[in-house]
Formats: sequence, structure tokens, C-alpha cells
Amino acid sequence: MSVDDPGKGVGRRDLLSLAAWGAFCASLATALVGAFRLPNPSVFPEPSLKVKVGPPGSIPELEYRKVAGRNLFVSRGEEGVFAISAVCTHLGCVVAPVPSGFHCPCHGSRFDALGRITGGPAPRGLDWLKVAKAPDGELVVDEGETVPPGTYLKI
Amino acid sequence: MGSWSEYIANVRALPRTVWESLVRHGAPVTDRSRAEAVFQNLFLHIHPTRVHRWSLRWSYTMGLGLICAASFVVLTVTGVLLMFYYKPSMALAYQSIKDIHYVVPTGRFIRNIHRWGAHLMVIAVILHMARVFFTASYKKPREMNWVFGIVLLILTLALSFSGYLLPWDQLAYWAVTIGANIAQSPREITDAAGITRYIDIGGFQKTLLLGSRSVGEDALIRFYVLHVVFLPLVMGVFMGLHFWRIRKDGGLSRPADADRRLGPAAEDVTPVFTQAPRKSYGLMAVVRGTSSNVGRGPENTLPSWPHLMTAEAAVFMFTLAVTVAISFFLDAPLKEMANPLVPENPAKAPWYFLGLQEIVSFSAFAGGVLLPVVTLLGLVLIPYLDREPEGVGDWFGAASRGRKVALRSAVFGLAAVIAVEAFAIRFGWLRSWYPGIPQIVITFFNPGTVLTFLYIAYSLWVIRGENSTRLGAIAIFTCFLAGFIVLTLVGTWFRGPNWEFFWSPSRWPVH
Repeated sequence: MSVDDPGKGVGRRDLLSLAAWGAFCASLATALVGAFRLPNPSVFPEPSLKVKVGPPGSIPELEYRKVAGRNLFVSRGEEGVFAISAVCTHLGCVVAPVPSGFHCPCHGSRFDALGRITGGPAPRGLDWLKVAKAPDGELVVDEGETVPPGTYLKI
Repeated sequence: MGSWSEYIANVRALPRTVWESLVRHGAPVTDRSRAEAVFQNLFLHIHPTRVHRWSLRWSYTMGLGLICAASFVVLTVTGVLLMFYYKPSMALAYQSIKDIHYVVPTGRFIRNIHRWGAHLMVIAVILHMARVFFTASYKKPREMNWVFGIVLLILTLALSFSGYLLPWDQLAYWAVTIGANIAQSPREITDAAGITRYIDIGGFQKTLLLGSRSVGEDALIRFYVLHVVFLPLVMGVFMGLHFWRIRKDGGLSRPADADRRLGPAAEDVTPVFTQAPRKSYGLMAVVRGTSSNVGRGPENTLPSWPHLMTAEAAVFMFTLAVTVAISFFLDAPLKEMANPLVPENPAKAPWYFLGLQEIVSFSAFAGGVLLPVVTLLGLVLIPYLDREPEGVGDWFGAASRGRKVALRSAVFGLAAVIAVEAFAIRFGWLRSWYPGIPQIVITFFNPGTVLTFLYIAYSLWVIRGENSTRLGAIAIFTCFLAGFIVLTLVGTWFRGPNWEFFWSPSRWPVH
């Protein structure tokens, strides 16, 4: 569309036109980035993910206790106390304890007693959660912080 | 005195003058006034003034596209009515649905129509796509309208899915939990590559959908806004585009020799143009494509008023009658209130997603993201990869080869999906034999991907063997339909608690 001499390469009007298009695209991209930033809250609205699960003595040995109101299990082995998330790593259903470990009701994922995957579509074993001791002596589990499987809190 | 009598005459003429100011043309008895009835009316003017006799054949369109549009209208009206009572908050949503069901006059009926109308729309959209495909109506110049149609299919499913959460019952909560985690499933890939810490596409998508880590207040509001404002608006825009492109692409598709096959019109039919007019013909718009009427009379066309209008009214009434009849006898389901601690067992999505859920039960990423994207991409590309111009406007293409290939592909498609499913159900899959196998292997090698590979290989073999891209397209589309139907049936009827296989729901274990 340029009225400039075609022999001169990019003409003055072409350059201005390109600059205008560039400015338009840049502002559009900025607006889009802003629009996609909005739906990602910097603070999640849920209540605290930390939950007190009682003093170390109350944690059952070699069996699981489901923490009331939370999707997690606590237990005590020889190495110490640990917590396992009950949320299936496949699509987020809540697993149920069975004699051999855990079963997921939604798509049949199976885990052993330590949360390791033994069958079904789950991509990895159940998450282990961080256990800490609160100043008042009770144990606190943080649902928001996973730890490598096999991490125990020595009592 | 003269003014007084004039005033009396004006009062007497009131009904007539008001009517004439509203509708400027006379009774639709001449060709001209019939045309005016269409193009002078805001709501009708998207129609052509004259329509080809082929487009009016029930055996050709089956009114399926109109059923989709009619369902959308029914859903919009009932949806707005429901909004007067529905309260999108975690504490009130479930109770307000209960109120609509038990307290609001006709509330239960309106909700039933909304729920069953949504199901009808999904069925109609899928059948309409099949009709357009098997009559080769996606071919030039209608490629882009086929793409718009795929967008409308996605929007229909998105509207269904977003509406699913609103009752806030157990079914809703767990179906959407599963859906949101499917959105998160690209982590299967990023985890395997060890880059989730830097590029977390899955996490981003889940947060975008839920506004939180789990399904809660924010997710409910997001789904509500998507369902009642955002998606219907986008849907309206694309429906407008879709209808408009039908006109611009030269009306509904029809075979090149449609005129000869239709023969002369019956004598009692409102005048049919069969000859070229003596003078040059005034066109409302210059239409591109093979049916451009420049310099010719609009042969073998009937006035849209009354022929197309009565046909459309009939389809609208049929749609309404079916939804109302179902809603009268069947109540929309409502389970217990959502409980984030106890999942439904089995937790099933609505039926049209159960085929997806069946392949998701092998790998979340492959079944929930990879294969749907491949399928949709394949559907979008069909008109660009098959550009043979023959066979437009005929079921399966008039030649007998099309019908044969469709039949063969249906047999192959059914056999393949049943064999793969039966194998996976009977013998399990890789993880059952090698528990330590990395997930990434299963993501790319599972019954879903194997089935897709078989279908693609089969259709490529058809393209080579039959030397026709159209027959290859018929092969892959028929296989896809067969797979979709079988997987949906398996997910709906043969999967029970823990997603285990049962021959019938009556054999499910009792808790």
C-alpha cells in the first residue's frame, strides 16, 4: 500500500504503520497479561491449612487416624510420627483406608500402607505432609506443605 | 365539525393504523409481500427471502441445527427464571435449589426443563455435527462454518459443565473436583520432566478455574459467572456467526444435481421460481460461492414465508414438547449436600463426559487433555485435509463406496474399542504388571492412546487403499463416533464403585 518508492526498502509511511501496529499489539498483550493476572489470587481464601492433631501420645501406633474435618491421616511408626494426605494424586478424590493400604473410590487407584502407588491411574504415591511440634506440645500438620515420603518426626 | 368526524374515524381505525405502523407490508400473499415479511423483520431477516426446496427436506437436515438453537432459547428462558431464586453461595446454593424444587411454584418443572433441555442440546449438537459431516457439508466454501460449529460444540459442553456445579450437591462437588484436577493434569508431564517448579501449566489452569486450591466459595462464583453471563454471551456471538455464515456460504449445502432430482414442485405449492426472470434481478447482497444468483433467477426456490417459517416453528414446538414431556415425568437429580470429606462412590460426571472419564481412568493427562485436544484438532482440520469437491449434499456421498466405508469403519471402530476395553478390564494395564513403571510411559501408552492410534492408522490406510481423502475422513469420523458411544456406555452402565467393571448396577456391592 506504500506510496513510497518501492526501491528504497521500508518507507516512512510503512515504518510508521508498522510502529502503530507494534504499539497496538504491545498494548493488547499487556492488557491480556493483566486480564490473566486477575483470576490468580495472591492469597488463597481458604482457612489455615495447618491443623493440630493432638499430643504425640494420642497418635495411634501402626494404624491410621483420620483427622476430623480434614482429608489427612496421622500415624506413628518406629521412626516417629508421620502424616499422609488422603487426597488421591490422580484426580483429587478422597481415598479410603483398607487393610492393604488405601483405595480411591473414583478411578480405582491403589496405594500401600505407606502411600506408595500399587495400581490404578494415579501418577504418584500419596503426598506426605509436614508434621511439626507446636509450643504447647501438640503436633501440627501442614496440609499445604508436602515432604519427601519417609520423613518422620522423631518423638 | 370536520375535525370531530376525523377524530372518530381515527379512533375507529386505531387497530388498523397501529398494525400498519408495526408491519408495513400487506398480507403475505404476493411474492413481494412474502419477501418483505422476512427482510423487514429484525428477528427474521437473517433468513433468506427464498429458500431452495432441497433445504426444506426433513430427510436432509432432520431439523437438528434448529433443535440446537431451540434448546438454547429454552435454556436461556428457563435459566433466567431460575436465577430469580438461585443463590450462588456455599451456604445457600443447595438450600435454594431445594426451595426451587419444593417451594417455588412451578420451580421444579422449570428446573427439570433446564436440566433435560441441556441434555437434549448436547445430543442435538452431536447429531447435527454427524449430519453435517456425513452429508459432506463441511466442504468449500463452508470450512470455516464447520470450525465455528466445533467452537459451538465446545461451548455447549462448557456450559453443561459449568452448570453442573451450581446445585452444590455431592454429584456437583465431586464431578467438578475431578474436572479441576483434569485441568491440573499437565503436571503429569511437567513432573516427569522435573520442571513443575518453574512452569506449572496445570496448577495455573486449576487456579484459573477454582480461584483457590479446592472447590469452594470462589469456584462456585466463578462457575456461576461463566454459566450465566460469560459463556452464553460467547455462545450468542458464535451462533450469530454460524447462522450468518450459512447465508454467506450460499445456504444449506445441496448436491449439484438437486434440481433434477427434486423434479417439478407439486401444483398446490406456493409459486416456485423455475425460469430466469426477464429483467435483471435485484439482490439484497452479493453472495459468494457456487449458488450465486447473479444473472439468474433463483431456481427451484420457495418463499421463506411461509415454507421455512412453518418448518422452523414446527421444530421449535417439537423441541419444547419433548423437553416439557420429559420434565413432566422425570425430576432432575439432586443428591445430598456437597461434602468435601466423603466422595461419591462411584463419582460420575454427566453421561456425555463418561466416555472421557473412562479414558481418564487410565491416565489423567492423556484422557483429560491430550486425547480431547487431538480429537478436537482432528475435527477442526477435517475440511482442510479433505478437499475433494465430490459428494457434497448426499448422505455418505452418493457413490456406494462411501456407505460401504462408513459401515466397515463402524465395524472396525466398534471392534477396536471393545477389544481394547475388554483387554484392559480383563488383564489390567502396565501398572498391574509392573508396579514400579514410570507414569510418563502410561501417559503415552494406555488404552486411550492405543485406541486413538488404531483409529488414525486405520483411516490413513483407508486413504491409501481407497485413494480418497473423503473416505479417510468418513473412516476416522465413524471410528470416533463408535469409540465415543462405546466408552460412554461403559462409563455409564458398566462401571461401579471404585470404577470397577460390573455387568449391571444391580451387582454393585452393598455398603
